[in-house]
Amino acid sequence: MIEVDHLSKRYGPFTAVDDISFRVESGQILGFLGPNGAGKTTTMRIITGYMPATSGRAIVAGYDVFEQPLEAKRRTGYLPETPPLYPDMTVREYLTFVAKIKGIRSHVKDRVDEVMKRTWVADMGDRHCGKLSKGYKQRVGLAQAIIHNPDVLVLDEPTAGLDPKQIIETRQLIRELAGTHTIIISTHILPEVSQTCQRVVIINKGRVVAVDSPENLTSRLQGAATILVQSDGPAADVQGALQHVPGVTRVTRSEPQGTVASFEVDTEKGVDVRRELASAVVARGWGLLELRPMRMSLEDIFLSVITDESTEAPAANTEEVANA
Amino acid sequence: MRNLLAIAGKELRGYFASPIGYVLVGFYALLFGWFFYTLVAFFERQSMQMSAGGPGSAMNVNQMLVAPLLMNATVIMLLVFPLITMRTYAEEKRSGTIELLLTSPLTDWQIILGKFLGALGLYAVMLAVTLVHVAILFVFGTPEWKPIATGYLGLLLMGGSFLSLGLFISSLTKNQIVAGMITFSVFLLLWVINWVSTFVGPTMQTVLNYLSITEHFDDFAKGIIDTKHVVYYLSFIAAGLFLTMKSVDSERWRG
Repeated sequence: MIEVDHLSKRYGPFTAVDDISFRVESGQILGFLGPNGAGKTTTMRIITGYMPATSGRAIVAGYDVFEQPLEAKRRTGYLPETPPLYPDMTVREYLTFVAKIKGIRSHVKDRVDEVMKRTWVADMGDRHCGKLSKGYKQRVGLAQAIIHNPDVLVLDEPTAGLDPKQIIETRQLIRELAGTHTIIISTHILPEVSQTCQRVVIINKGRVVAVDSPENLTSRLQGAATILVQSDGPAADVQGALQHVPGVTRVTRSEPQGTVASFEVDTEKGVDVRRELASAVVARGWGLLELRPMRMSLEDIFLSVITDESTEAPAANTEEVANA
Repeated sequence: MRNLLAIAGKELRGYFASPIGYVLVGFYALLFGWFFYTLVAFFERQSMQMSAGGPGSAMNVNQMLVAPLLMNATVIMLLVFPLITMRTYAEEKRSGTIELLLTSPLTDWQIILGKFLGALGLYAVMLAVTLVHVAILFVFGTPEWKPIATGYLGLLLMGGSFLSLGLFISSLTKNQIVAGMITFSVFLLLWVINWVSTFVGPTMQTVLNYLSITEHFDDFAKGIIDTKHVVYYLSFIAAGLFLTMKSVDSERWRG
């Protein structure tokens, strides 16, 4: 279980993390989403005890990270943005060293073997860490994070730099680890969140802008539905006809290709007008080539959440500058 | 304790997993060997001249050979140690492995002492290699072993002082060259700080002489263990490690 409670981190006048709170229940995977510089890494570094917060607290597996750092760290595995490898050590030496400093006292060798098998680096044991490819470095980084079987895993962009096959394997591994481990992964690859996480925290400029499950986030932010209509009728006429269908709030014409025109039809919330739209087109003898609801992808949500924030932000910013 | 040893072991193995350790030990031995050779040659000529003047008392090997040899060895330290310590923290910060150490269940002391002992271990290996020359003296002559032992103890203590200071300077920066240069300058300054002592009046003279890191070594080379000097070196080491701890801690707050 991870609990982050009104956490803030300031560097001089710059606020990297501003009053963030969220919870991750045991066995869950939380996706930590945000543009570069949003404060993801800073938050993760605070949770893992790498740096203290300016205010607020973080509780990991029941231990306050600042009050009982050793207990908390014993139960935390952390994969930083760049895997913390010693280039002159072989993979086996490295993992043995990590096992020791993480407090594993017995069966170190077995544990190292097990973890190497689990992260698909078993055949790389005698290679020097510095000579590994990016993908293998990332895996060894993951291996060091899980070697002491921690309750909590904090993974900063675990799939960055991997090839598609490795990405799938790594996600699979992360899903396997959930259940027995509580996991936070940060990423800006959105499909990753919808595929692996039960909850999403979107942060921007150091603040939490949304917390929910990927599905809820999609439907909540979707609001009124948008339907895409494609027809080969005269564009202006089709637009007029669609506009007259009851329940339609707005029709925008987009990207005409030859005789085929596409329309984005915004409708009132909770009204299904697909049948009426279809007959409005067909009854006039035009061809209806496509009609489908447009789902807002996580990308759109992400962008809309962040843009909403940034439209409000200027006022707040000027105030901060004035205060400074 | 086990954590501390794990860090120290990692550091020491780190030196020898790369060419660093071998180059340092090898060239240290080369320079030491050269000093040894020159001093032996000089000693030989001197004793020839002495015996040519008729039977007299034999020259003291300890005073005429070992003491100056160990003094020369401290000069090598001045040049080589910045190379050892400049990477200790700087490298971990640059490569990001510091994140592993600071998020592991280790105390700052375990990390700092581990690194210090690792570097001291490397220095011990360097010194151990030079014992070959001492052994040669025992084969062909009859030096006293006690002054040699105290001399080596002095070398170790003085080395420890330099290492702890170098460790501190390395903890201040991400850049190895910057760490190396500052370390070298500070070492050299501590080395020559009492050169001006004759111009600055009696009070300052005492202070500067006390600060000078070489001043405290003389007695060790002569075979004397004076608590005053032992305390000086040990408190120097403690201060260096303490500053390192403060530096690591404040770095953590600043991020």
